[in-house]
Amino acid sequence: MSAAIHISGLRKEYPTPGGGTVIALAGLDLDIASGELFGLLGPNGAGKSTTIGILTTRIRPTAGSAVVAGADVRRSSVAVRQRIGVVPQRANPDLSLTALENLVFHAGYFGIPRVAATARAHTLMGTLGIADKMRARVGELSGGQQQRLMIARALIHEPRVIFLDEPTVGLDPQARLGLWEILRSLHADGRTIVMTTHYMEEADQLCDRLAIIDHGALLALDTPVALKARVPGGGTLDELFISLTGRELD
Amino acid sequence: MRRDVRVLRRELPFFLLRTVMQPLLFIVVFGYMLPRMGFVRGEYTTALLPGVIAVSLTLSAVQSVALPMVQDFGHTKEIEDRLLAPIPIPLVAVEKMVMGVLQGIIAALVVLPAGRLIMGPIAGLTLGHAGTALAVTILGAATFSAIGLWLGSAIGATQIGLMFSIIVAPMIFFGCAYYPWRGLDPIPIAKYAVLVNPLVYVAEGMRAVLTPEMPHMPLAAVVGALVLLLAGFSALAIRSFLRRAIG
Ligand SMILES: Nc1ncnc2c1ncn2[C@@H]1O[C@H](COP(=O)(O)OP(=O)(O)O)[C@@H](O)[C@H]1O
Ligand SMILES: [Mg+2]
Repeated sequence: MSAAIHISGLRKEYPTPGGGTVIALAGLDLDIASGELFGLLGPNGAGKSTTIGILTTRIRPTAGSAVVAGADVRRSSVAVRQRIGVVPQRANPDLSLTALENLVFHAGYFGIPRVAATARAHTLMGTLGIADKMRARVGELSGGQQQRLMIARALIHEPRVIFLDEPTVGLDPQARLGLWEILRSLHADGRTIVMTTHYMEEADQLCDRLAIIDHGALLALDTPVALKARVPGGGTLDELFISLTGRELD
Repeated sequence: MRRDVRVLRRELPFFLLRTVMQPLLFIVVFGYMLPRMGFVRGEYTTALLPGVIAVSLTLSAVQSVALPMVQDFGHTKEIEDRLLAPIPIPLVAVEKMVMGVLQGIIAALVVLPAGRLIMGPIAGLTLGHAGTALAVTILGAATFSAIGLWLGSAIGATQIGLMFSIIVAPMIFFGCAYYPWRGLDPIPIAKYAVLVNPLVYVAEGMRAVLTPEMPHMPLAAVVGALVLLLAGFSALAIRSFLRRAIG
């Protein structure tokens, strides 16, 4: 399998108001294969969103390079955006539009004609169980429904690589299982999926491979099974995390 | 772009209310009531109308760009979906400015006939230079859209209200909107001090094309100044937009 994402020496420093810097990523190296369902696992502040932000061209790296779907995030950011779909950590629908318009306009940015986009939006909203909200202003949607709208938006232009930043935070257990199903079927479709999470169980059940990161550095990278096997006597990801960092997740 | 047009169409009544209200009140009081009460001379309306048009078109341009932008960047992050579109990020900024220009033109097109209607016949008003008038409108609206983009992306949500009251109000009152620039001849300090105010050029430009009989700033000076201001503020605005848009 070819690499969908190649990250090398990725570093990000944020300036602090006091004039210092926060190191969000301390030189990350990572390769994600095409078709993989890949999880970035780490506690709050580990640098997960920063990594996603750089890979989706929304954050400029301080140093290092990243290639996504064959395009460099710095030099060819337009090409990267053409090939990816993004579900942000916090739903950011266009509140002035209806749910359907959100999807159709977004598809329009990718040059998908209105008729085709509308048809695809209908299908997606059906699959995601929000078909009845099509003509509703987005403000009338619940948090979970908005989250699903964000997923539909990320998929409307049929991107090769899909990024989801903590997609199941704030979903009830049933909606979370529903989302897992959607991700599995996208995975079966052959898309590359990169998701972040701080739920061990989710990472364990869903992902082909996991990168455990903390303080902007890679601590471990393997399949969930292999990672768990690293714990003496075979344990859980939680136990592995404690043995790697000396503390619990969360 | 089409997204913004759709939103604009839906919110047009509110938009008009917000931006055209103040100028229309000015027209009623100073353009209708005072002349009839005999406090100001009839030809004051000749000086007033172009100025009021200038105020409406610049205000609507600056507001329509700055206010949603502050929200977008501050709270709702709605603009994110456009920042994920496969186009260069500066184009997103340019699109916002184009929308500002469009709203400036709409405001001018509403205030001109409304003003004429309320004030009655206006000495020296001519539509003979409609093409030039449109050009000045676009140039003025573009300059103020750039200012709006700059304010909107450089200033946080908490300060934008304050910003508007400490910048916009003085700008309007020292903007030669409610009096012609040449009227400042007796006060040379004021006459030259107001030249830092971009609104002066829009107001005088409007006078040059709508009421050319009245003494006004030369059109060439107006256009030159606006082109320079537009270039300067655009550069500033796009820089601060980029800084804000990409982390
Ligand atoms: N815009 C920002 N400005 C300053 N510091 C930031 C910014 N975004 C993130 N950080 C800091 O960078 C680190 C990593 O953050 P983030 O990537 O959001 O982590 P995660 O998504 O894993 O919770 C944290 O210490 C956070 O405080
Ligand atoms: Mg995060």
